[in-house]
Amino acid sequence: MTPGEFEFLKNFLKTRSGLVLSNDKQYLVESRLLPIARSSKLETLSAVIQTLQRSGNRALETDVIEAMTTNESFFFRDKTPFDNFRDTMLPALLQSRSNFKQLKIWCAAASSGQEPYSLAMCLKEEAAKMGGWRTRILGTDLSLEVLEKAKAGLYSQFEVQRGLPIQLLLKYFEQKGDMWQIGAPMRSMIEWKKLNLLENFAHLGEFDIVFCRNVLIYFDQATKSEILARLAKSLPEDGYLVLGAAETVVGLTDAFKPVPGKRGLFQKKPAVHAATGPGASTRFAAGGVAGLRR
Amino acid sequence: MKQCLVVDDSSVIRKVARRILEDLQFEITEAEDGQQALDECRKTMPDAILLDWNMPVMDGLEFLTSLRAEEGGESPIVVFCTTENDVAHIARAIRAGANEYIMKPFDREIVEAKFQEVGLI
Ligand SMILES: C[S@@+](CC[C@H](N)C(=O)[O-])C[C@H]1O[C@@H](n2cnc3c(N)ncnc32)[C@H](O)[C@@H]1O
Repeated sequence: MTPGEFEFLKNFLKTRSGLVLSNDKQYLVESRLLPIARSSKLETLSAVIQTLQRSGNRALETDVIEAMTTNESFFFRDKTPFDNFRDTMLPALLQSRSNFKQLKIWCAAASSGQEPYSLAMCLKEEAAKMGGWRTRILGTDLSLEVLEKAKAGLYSQFEVQRGLPIQLLLKYFEQKGDMWQIGAPMRSMIEWKKLNLLENFAHLGEFDIVFCRNVLIYFDQATKSEILARLAKSLPEDGYLVLGAAETVVGLTDAFKPVPGKRGLFQKKPAVHAATGPGASTRFAAGGVAGLRR
Repeated sequence: MKQCLVVDDSSVIRKVARRILEDLQFEITEAEDGQQALDECRKTMPDAILLDWNMPVMDGLEFLTSLRAEEGGESPIVVFCTTENDVAHIARAIRAGANEYIMKPFDREIVEAKFQEVGLI
C-alpha cells in the first residue's frame, strides 16, 4: 500500500462512513482488509484500493466499509445507562406520555444487538408498570453483517457472560447447541434497519429516547456536531440522548446539555434546536451526505 | 482487602483464578473439594467463593447447600465456575443459593464482569 493509496482509503472511509483513520493505523487497515483481498481474489491491499479507485464495485465498497467498523458490544455495557433508563428516563416518560401510552426508542449504532436487547429486557422487567403501553425499539447500523447477527439474536457463551446477569440469561434466552438465543418475544420487540448516520434520518420520525453510543468517537468534530444537531431534531423537548462513556456533547453542539449527575445522559436545551455544528450547514447545502455516495 | 475462597480440584484452574483475583485486589485462599472448602469457611467466612461443580469427596452443589445452612453461611457471595453449562444445572445452582454463574472456559474479562455484577468490585 503506497502513501497515496492510504490517503485515498482515508478519504473514502471518511466520506462513506465518517471513520477517521490516523496515519498510525496502517496495521489496522492491513489486518482488517487483507482477508477481503484474499476472499475477493485481488490478493493485495494495493489491488483492493485500486479497484475502489476505479469505482463501481459496490460489493467491494461495502465489504471494505464494513470491515473497517469496530463492532464490539456487550449486554448492559457500562451498566449506568441502563440504570438511568430504568430509574430516570422511564419514570419520567411513563408520566409525561400517560395519555398516549407509547414509547419509541432508537439504538442508532446497534451493532450485533446487545444494546437494544438489553433495553428490551429492561422493559420486560418493568412490565408491571407498563400495562397497556406500546413500546417500539428500532435498531440501526451501517453494517448489514452485524444487523443479521442482531436479528438472529444468537450469541456465544463468551458473549452472554459479559454484562448479562445469569438470572436474565435463564429468563430470556434459550440454549441452542453451544450458542444462546434470545427468545422470540424479545426478538419481536425490535425492528432492524440499515442506516448510515451520515445520511438523512429525518424519515424515521421522532423518538423519546436515542441511544447513540460508542460510534461518534470514530468521527471528527465536524461530523459529530452535524450528527448531534440532526439527532436533536429526532427528539422532542423532553426526550433523552444517551452517549457512550467516552463521549459528550460539550463543545460540539448547543442543542443538548448534560443531565446533572447522570453520566452519559443528555437532554435538549430548551428553545435552542437549530443546527449549530460547523459542518451542519455546508453538508445540508450539499444536499446531505447521501448525495456524495453516488 | 476482600477475601475470596477458590474451590476447584484442578491446581491449574486454582492458579489461573488466583492470578486474576489477586489483580482485582482479593486475598485468596484455596480448597480442592467441597469438604475442604467447608472447613475453610468454618475457620473464616470469606466475602466471596469461586466454586467448581464436579469435585471428589464433596461436589460444589453439596457444598453450597451445606454452606447456606451454616451459621453465617448466607453472607458469602458464591459464583459458580464450571463446565456444566446447561439450563438445568444453572437453575439448580441458583435455587441452591448461588449468586452468579460462570461457564468454563473463562477468562479475566468474564471473571471481572461477573464479580462486578454481584457488587464485589
Ligand atoms: C462499537 S459499536 C457500538 C455498539 C453499541 N452501541 C455499544 O455501545 O455497545 C459501533 C457501531 O457503529 C457502527 N457504525 C460505524 N459508522 C457508522 C455510521 N456512519 N452510521 C451508522 N453506524 C455506524 C458500526 O458498524 C458498529 O456496529
